[in-house]
Amino acid sequence: MAEAHDRPPEQFTLRMRRYDPESGEAPYWDEHTIELEPHRSVLEGILQARDRFDGSIGIRCSCRQAICGSCGIRVNGEPSLACHTHLDAAKAGAKDGVIEIEPMGNMPVLKDLIVDMDAVHWKKIQRVTPWLLAKQPVPEREYIVDKDAMVDVTQSMACIQCGACVSDCLAMEVDPGFIGPAALAKSYRFVGDPRDDQQFERLNDLAQDPQGIFDCTHCFKCVDACPKGVNPMGQIMRLRRSATNDHHIVDQNNGERHEAAFTTLIKDNGLLWEAELLPRSYGGNSWFGKFAPPAGKELLSSLPAILKALVRGKVTPMGALKPHKIPKADLKSVQAIYDKIESREERYELNLYIAGEDEAPASPGDPVAAGVTHEPGGHEGSPSGSEPQDTPVETREQTEG
Amino acid sequence: MPAHDVLIIGAGLAGQRAALAAAQTGASVAIMSKVHPVRSHSVAAAGGINAAISVDDDWHSHAYDTVKGSDFLGDQDAIEIMCSEAPGEVMHLEHIGVTFHRNDKGEMDLRAFGGASMKRTAYVADITGQALLHVLYEQLMKHHETVERYEEWFTTSLLKDDHGNCCGVLARDVRSGRMEAFTAKNVILACGGAGQAYKPTTNGLIVTGDGIAMAYRAGAPLMDMEMVQYHPTCLVETGILITEGARGEGAHLLNANGERFMEKSAPNKMELASRDVVSRAEQIEINEGRGVGPNGSGILLDVTVVPRKRTLEALREIVNLGRDFAGVDITKEPIMIRPGQHYIMGGVKTDVDGRTPIEGLYAAGEVACVSVHGGNRLGANSLLDTLIFGRRAGEHAAERAASMSMPAVDTKAQLREDAAHIDAIIARPHDGRRVSEIKNELGELMNKHAAVFREEQGLQSALGEIARLKEEAAKAWIDDRGTVFNQDVLGAIELGYMVDCAEATVVAALERKESRGAQFRTDFPERNDEEWLKHIDITLDGETPKVSYSPVTITQWQPEERKY
Repeated sequence: MAEAHDRPPEQFTLRMRRYDPESGEAPYWDEHTIELEPHRSVLEGILQARDRFDGSIGIRCSCRQAICGSCGIRVNGEPSLACHTHLDAAKAGAKDGVIEIEPMGNMPVLKDLIVDMDAVHWKKIQRVTPWLLAKQPVPEREYIVDKDAMVDVTQSMACIQCGACVSDCLAMEVDPGFIGPAALAKSYRFVGDPRDDQQFERLNDLAQDPQGIFDCTHCFKCVDACPKGVNPMGQIMRLRRSATNDHHIVDQNNGERHEAAFTTLIKDNGLLWEAELLPRSYGGNSWFGKFAPPAGKELLSSLPAILKALVRGKVTPMGALKPHKIPKADLKSVQAIYDKIESREERYELNLYIAGEDEAPASPGDPVAAGVTHEPGGHEGSPSGSEPQDTPVETREQTEG
Repeated sequence: MPAHDVLIIGAGLAGQRAALAAAQTGASVAIMSKVHPVRSHSVAAAGGINAAISVDDDWHSHAYDTVKGSDFLGDQDAIEIMCSEAPGEVMHLEHIGVTFHRNDKGEMDLRAFGGASMKRTAYVADITGQALLHVLYEQLMKHHETVERYEEWFTTSLLKDDHGNCCGVLARDVRSGRMEAFTAKNVILACGGAGQAYKPTTNGLIVTGDGIAMAYRAGAPLMDMEMVQYHPTCLVETGILITEGARGEGAHLLNANGERFMEKSAPNKMELASRDVVSRAEQIEINEGRGVGPNGSGILLDVTVVPRKRTLEALREIVNLGRDFAGVDITKEPIMIRPGQHYIMGGVKTDVDGRTPIEGLYAAGEVACVSVHGGNRLGANSLLDTLIFGRRAGEHAAERAASMSMPAVDTKAQLREDAAHIDAIIARPHDGRRVSEIKNELGELMNKHAAVFREEQGLQSALGEIARLKEEAAKAWIDDRGTVFNQDVLGAIELGYMVDCAEATVVAALERKESRGAQFRTDFPERNDEEWLKHIDITLDGETPKVSYSPVTITQWQPEERKY
């Protein structure tokens, strides 16, 4: 049994950011020392401080087991659920041994650790038409759907709406109008649901919206923040792939063209050719793209930046005109990856939620094994005939820092 | 002043289902909750929802299992309704978007559960409650034009008109501290049980008996309050629930000698006997010195016998819980558990349409007692109960509303009274005890005397202690003087609710001088159908609980010896 749990109670100091909207004063820091076993949660620590020293500490909480999603906060600057963060881990991550507790970001603070989720989070959820638009006619019994497809959407269904991903979304910090990780993950829950009838409409809506799926900057913050392994950024990427590859949606945000240019340039050259990327993203995926009016316009407006880069030596005229070179053998290897992937009848999607196993059992000749399923629908699930490996991969995302 | 045909208090599964059903008839509907709806404790239900949807199954079998599970205290007319309407309800949920787990043919898969004679539990991994609750909330968002939502509003009391009919509620906006009166032709209580009156409990911190106590204070009878379910598998330290789905998937229970001790008390069903039976068997092992862990207070749940891939796919939440809250990888080693307070079978007495004896007041879900669970609820029957009777209450209330006009009632006096009460709590001098101290003592007291095993002396002493705690609660002081999110003052009100629920439970447990379902009296260890095949009702008479009885409805299943 877990030896960790025989450890006696220890003292922990919590430094909490307090804010009383009625006082007219600015937020301030408040410290309390509590005593609990080290593996107990930060929430239990906060509740002990509230029960023993100051009943006015404001925090939403209920289930204590990371399922109700109430207690999203920041611990030592990182978004997390208070009930899902151990005191010893939090102390280890603290700058000066004092656990620092703050309300989540990107949302207005109402009091102490309580933020206004309606104003940001729920408004965005409402934006993505968050209900099933079921195929008609409705069957008498259940819809018959692929088993793995249902498990697949269960990953986004596992979202508890805690707001941790919203709290630290960098794109949302710059563009508060960005639909954001939680709402887009929610959207995938319908796009990926074989019972939904409006996949194209949903995807087109999110692709054409300047603050939709192409507004994400791939920073991985939401992946780290999520206490339930929902992998919001992964869901956003799946929305993009589905929009571009399955539904061939060419969006006004140049998302589809950018993706096409990116992959083509690497396929052709083995490395990215930056100077060609921008004109193709605007003008279309060929060498002639730069002559399309939107590309010209964009190039013209980027001219000051280009000149500056030339002056500072960040790019050379030759580098702008010619692609980077890599050895022929390497280029061949890169192209072999393309050939392998493009020869498949269906696109493989990494879905850690279905197989739930760690790395692939060594099966020579196929680098893509466990944790992979087909899309759409998927079938035959994970590779069979081999013993499961250690630690499930999804736990990696959930380990507290 | 806001006025609605149907006003629902509580936004868990029962409340949201009631709101959607009422709104469908065109009634003006509002739903009010002290927390955001998706935080409601229905979210924590893990294992699944029972329905005889398999072609080999029959709702009569489900109903018989439920009757037997209830130790024949459940009302069979209500059980028949619940079980016969279950398949339709589950299909409805599937159609509006619940991502039920499928089998290889793409049909809904079913898992085994305690006390069931065949696999009939539909599930979404082990987050079924969450999946259901979030899908219903999706529907509330979809129908935002027809269902008004008052999120983070705390109900302080029920309003009654001169005829004694319920005609609305008083509530405090948690965000601003503003008090408001809401008139309604009908009020549906759907605000859950009272698990926080116990410590430890699997229930969330918000589950404080608000609805049970408010109805009780308004004169409604409570029924079956002695029947408190202890779930067999809770983490030893925190009381966090490990789903019955684990045993449904095949996990074993072991004592310190490594024995599957369930073969003594349930040789056929083993770990999948009903919860009262399993919890009792575990407690006997612990009491007789065959427990594990510190003080021998635990039992081992061995999930390693379940294929690992299946565990990761169908029990992933408890893999997480084991890792995060007990430091145990359940796919590799057994985890230490024990029985813990989980559910209250009793509640506000209702008929099969959710009506309480107070005209205009309905109740559904854990707050209510129809009674479909009787002495012991079967796992995966509570989600079903919330949805079936939530819907029926919503429909019935909407229908009643259609034939009446909006009650005209002067709410000023009571509004002033409730506001003054809150001000008085805030102004209390710091010379009594803290709310948290009293709450802890109450919880530990209940867990000691009104748990798996009970007896006269312990219950009597508990009753005395509760009387003292009641007085102390009336003077308990708080720190927060503010109005915005003053959770402190709400905690003081909730404490009062919990004390009332605890008192009713102890009074009823003292009254029932037999052992049936979750009530096991060591001084009366046998079931006694001759004298006690009846419900105990508790009504508030002035300040004191008054006991009366009501008959158990028997339709087709005569009481018989209960064996698993």
